[in-house]
Amino acid sequence: MENFSCPFIAYGDNALDYLAQIKGKKAFIVTDKNIVKLGLLKPVTDKLNATNIKWEIFDEVEAEPSLDTIKKGGIAVGKYQPDWVIGIGGGSCMDAAKAIILLLARPELEPEALSVLEDFNFRDKGKKLMAIPTTSGTGSEASWAIVLSDTKDNRKLGLGTPEVMPDVAILDPVMVMGMPPQVTADTGMDVICQAIEAYISSWGTSITAGPALIATRLALQYLPRAYKDGKDVDARKEMMNAAMMGGLSGCNSMFGLAHGTGHALGGIFHMPHGRTVGLFLPYTLEYIINGSEEALVKIAEIARYCGLNAGSDKECAKALIARIRTLAKEIKQPLSVKECGIDKAQWEKEMEGLVNRALNEVMTMTAPRVPGTEDLEKLFRYAYDGKSIDF
Amino acid sequence: MAKFFTQEWCDLYKEAINNSAAYEEAAKTWEGDFYFITEPGGPIKEKGYMYVDLWHGKCRGCEVVTDPDKYKPAFTLAAPYAIWKQISTKKLDSTKALITKQSKLTGDMAKVMRYTKAANELTNCTMTIQTEWLD
Ligand SMILES: [Fe+2]
Repeated sequence: MENFSCPFIAYGDNALDYLAQIKGKKAFIVTDKNIVKLGLLKPVTDKLNATNIKWEIFDEVEAEPSLDTIKKGGIAVGKYQPDWVIGIGGGSCMDAAKAIILLLARPELEPEALSVLEDFNFRDKGKKLMAIPTTSGTGSEASWAIVLSDTKDNRKLGLGTPEVMPDVAILDPVMVMGMPPQVTADTGMDVICQAIEAYISSWGTSITAGPALIATRLALQYLPRAYKDGKDVDARKEMMNAAMMGGLSGCNSMFGLAHGTGHALGGIFHMPHGRTVGLFLPYTLEYIINGSEEALVKIAEIARYCGLNAGSDKECAKALIARIRTLAKEIKQPLSVKECGIDKAQWEKEMEGLVNRALNEVMTMTAPRVPGTEDLEKLFRYAYDGKSIDF
Repeated sequence: MAKFFTQEWCDLYKEAINNSAAYEEAAKTWEGDFYFITEPGGPIKEKGYMYVDLWHGKCRGCEVVTDPDKYKPAFTLAAPYAIWKQISTKKLDSTKALITKQSKLTGDMAKVMRYTKAANELTNCTMTIQTEWLD
C-alpha cells in the first residue's frame, strides 16, 4: 500500500478570503514574535473577527522550535480548547502548530513521542489544523513532517505523522511580499533541494514525481526574480506554489542526502535550514550520479524539463548541478562550508557527530545512493573546501 | 534454505547479523531486545513471536517463542505475514511500513530514531538468508 496525503489548498490573490468559509468558534494561532511585529497576523485576525471566530495567540515559537516551547504551547492550547489550530509563519511556526494540535489531542505525551507510532484522531474530537506560510521554503503547509530541535544534544528530531497533514493550507501572496532577500534566498534553496530530492527519492512514485518536477522548474526560474525584486508578485506567487509542491511531494516520498547532511550541519552549527540543505545539494547530487545509474537518469530528466538539454544523461545532470551552483552564487548563498565562516579545526572536531547524525537520518536512507561512514566523512571534507565530488 | 519464522531461520538470521560489519558499526551502542510479531493472516494461523536480543552491534539470541510471557522485550514490532515478507525482501522499507501503519512498533521511539542506519542494516541481513516463504 502506498498513500498520498494532501491538504485543501486555497491559493493566489485574496486566498485569505477562504477564512470566511471556515466553521468554528475558536482559533489558536501559533506564530512567532517577528510575524506579530511585521503585522502579518492582522489580515488573518481581521477575517476571523468578521466570521465571529474568537482567537488567541501563542507567539513564542523560535527558529528550530525546541521541545520546551512545544510543551508550553501544548499547555496553552489545552487551556484554550480551540476547534482550529492555525500555524502562521515559516516552517518553524507551522511545524510547531502541528505538534501543538497533536498535544491538544494527547496532552499526556512528550513532544518526542509525536510520531507515526501514536494515534491522535484529533479530527474525531472536532479539531482542525490550518497552515498559512509567510515564507516560500519548507512547504510545511502541505506536509505532515515536524522538525523540532533537541537542545540537549544538538540534534534535529524528524517527527510527525500523516494524520497531521493540515486540513487547510492558505497560500496568499500578501503574506510573503515583505520577505527580506536573505530569507527569500535561504528558504528558496530549500524549495529547489526538496523538489529535486523528492523526485529522485527511492520512495518516490509517479504520483509524487509530478509536483516535484514542476516545483524544480518554477524555483529555478522564479527564485532569482523573487530575490532581486521582492515586489515581483508573479515570482512570489510561483515560489509559493513551488514551495508547497516541494513539501507535498517530499512528505509523500521523502527527501534525500542533502537533507540528511544539511540537518547534521544545522543541528550542530545552527544555521537556517534552507541554507544548509542548499549548500549540500550540488555535492550530494554529484555523489549520487557517480554511483546510481537510475538516479542519474532521473536527474537528467529534471535537467531537460528545466530546459538544460546538454546532451547525454551525465552531461544534463552535470548541467543541472552547475545551474544550482550558479543560482546559489547569484543569490549570495555559500557554496562551501568554509564560506559559512566555520573554522576548519572546529569542523574536524565535529566530524564524528556530523557523520553520526547524517547516517541516522531517514532522509539519508531514502537517497538513491546511501553513503557509509567513510564516504560521508569524505563528502563533509569536500564540501568544506568546495571541492567537486569525484568518488 | 530455511522456512520463514522457524528456529532454523532464526539461527541463520543471528549468524547473518553477527557477520555484518555494517550492522556492527551502526549499532555499536545499541542496547535493546525485540519481539518481532507475525499477526495471523494468509499462511499464518496463529500469532507468532520471534525474540531477538540485540546488544552493542551483535545479536545475542534469536529464537521462536511460543509463550509470549517468556521475555519482556523493550520493543515489539508487529505486522501481518505479507508485510514481513515485503520488508524482508526489501520491497517495502521498514520505516515506510510504520508510516503507512502497515506495521506497528512499541517502545522508546526517540531511541529507535537514533538508529535508522542500524535498522536498515538489519533488513539487509534478512536479504542474505535463503528463505523458503510460506506462500
Ligand atoms: Fe527542507
